[in-house]
Amino acid sequence: MTPTLASATRPRGQRDTTPASRFGVMAVLLLAAFYFLMPIWWLIVAATKPAGHQFSGSGLWFDGFGLVENIALVFDVNDGIFGTWMLNSIFYSGTAALIGTIISAMAGYAIAKYAFRGRGVVFGVILAAVLIPKVMFTLPLFLMFNQIGLLNTPLAMLLPSIVSPFGVYLASVFAAQSVPDELIEAGRLDGAGEFRIFRSVSMRIMTPALVTIFLFQFVEVWNNYLLPAMVLNDSSLQPVVVGLVGWSASNGNVPAGTVVVGAFLSIIPLVIAFLSLQRFWRAGLTAGAIK
Amino acid sequence: MTTVTTNGASARVRIWRTPWLFLTPFLVLFAAMYLAPIAFAFIQSLFTLQRDGLGLTAPTLTFDPFANYARVFTDDEFLASLGRVLLFGIVQVPVMLGLALFIALLIDSKSARGRGFFRLGSFLPFAVPGVVAAVMWSFLYSPVTSPINGFLESAFGFSIPFFSDGLALWSVANVVTWCWTGYNMLIIYSALQTIPAETLEAAKIDGASSWRTAWSIKIPMVRPALILTTVFSIIGSAQLFNEPTVLKSISGGAITSTYTPLMAAQSQVAAQNYPYAAAESVVLALLVGVTSFVFFKITGRGDR
Repeated sequence: MTPTLASATRPRGQRDTTPASRFGVMAVLLLAAFYFLMPIWWLIVAATKPAGHQFSGSGLWFDGFGLVENIALVFDVNDGIFGTWMLNSIFYSGTAALIGTIISAMAGYAIAKYAFRGRGVVFGVILAAVLIPKVMFTLPLFLMFNQIGLLNTPLAMLLPSIVSPFGVYLASVFAAQSVPDELIEAGRLDGAGEFRIFRSVSMRIMTPALVTIFLFQFVEVWNNYLLPAMVLNDSSLQPVVVGLVGWSASNGNVPAGTVVVGAFLSIIPLVIAFLSLQRFWRAGLTAGAIK
Repeated sequence: MTTVTTNGASARVRIWRTPWLFLTPFLVLFAAMYLAPIAFAFIQSLFTLQRDGLGLTAPTLTFDPFANYARVFTDDEFLASLGRVLLFGIVQVPVMLGLALFIALLIDSKSARGRGFFRLGSFLPFAVPGVVAAVMWSFLYSPVTSPINGFLESAFGFSIPFFSDGLALWSVANVVTWCWTGYNMLIIYSALQTIPAETLEAAKIDGASSWRTAWSIKIPMVRPALILTTVFSIIGSAQLFNEPTVLKSISGGAITSTYTPLMAAQSQVAAQNYPYAAAESVVLALLVGVTSFVFFKITGRGDR
């Protein structure tokens, strides 16, 4: 994205800062970093403590090592339901994000690259849908699924998760920026059909953007709590966030220490995705900011 | 559609049809998963549920278009929950965005070192699912396990009553702030990066201080990003559900099952009072839609 390039050209200007201002800025930033990272640090430390001692000691430093044993314990409670929950989360998020990204890419591409009657209306409706969050539609969805008998099936979780107005919006911004009209025109002159051009020319150019869309949607589905909590009753169908909340509200039926280790395990896939794919995150956030 | 022809008329038909073919999968699912449920909920909200006194027969539905809506606006618990998220939004949104803007400006300032670390450090909480963050904070708050209170007790001899009547809402606000500040900070920071270097150079030549530059140049220039994050945060407040739901179980009664409008509607679903739950969610969706529309109009983004 252009904005990230701009930062490289900005003069670094080591000289015109005073030690006092450097100290002040760094002190505040370190304080902020402590606030943001302390809870995650606490979770990591607690998860490594021996079983049953998650809350002993200072909370911020290690005290014995029981991580391996703890993990085994989490996967053992309730006949290993935790493993099922993690797989469910991966299945729901992966499937919905994959199908959703393709559908969003097609729709966004059409809005960005074709002039057609009704385009303004379609784009307006999508923008409005970006603004009204999905959660608002969850209760109505539950009522509708209840009527047509879709409750307690994976489809009840997947179908709403596939639709991502924000993904369409991102795809249209990226397609407008990155796919040159000349390339599409050249494809037409070569006798390629519109869908062929989309698949073998435009999709390729848009690949980095598609990764961004996939990531945003994957995380959104993974983090969605209200929808699965309402439409999936059967514990073996639930994703990990619903399962964990159930454990944490079980009034000690599942030991608090086990909940801590489960919480720790449930965020590992997302933290890895964040750390390794930072570039794509920034691309998505930047597109949101410029518009 | 895929055949290329030199005939002008059919080429025009092809171009006319193609975008709609690309849009069809999305539009069909969008209609089924967004428009249909809202329409269904609206229709259902026009009926009332009649149970006979003994509960021996199945409840029957009667068409009574205003009954549920009249009840929504006289339902003390629902109105109280609306007031609560309003208070929450008025306090939490400015605090969070002020913090996000402040951190973004500091990371952008020339005195900052380790920009990458601070950017990522603030953003990392966003990787933690909202409910998992709430589960985590529930241990940090819990009277039994809180390491925060453990530290305060041993060092200063006092502890924070996180779930007292006065503090419970702000304990919830803290979890939300923790999750979303970094996300908003990165949006604002990205906007700061688009300010041309010459503009900042000119300000420096004119002798403007860093504070002055931040206030008079940087903040006005990231206004669109601030508006965007404000709207998303207002909407986020209105749909407050995950954090209070998770914290409820350890709050000792300070957080009730009708704490926020969405929790109130959900508790009606749990009581199988579907028409009334439908009315509550229609009212809530309308309020959110109108609020963000008005905000966009006021700030002049809507009239593009």
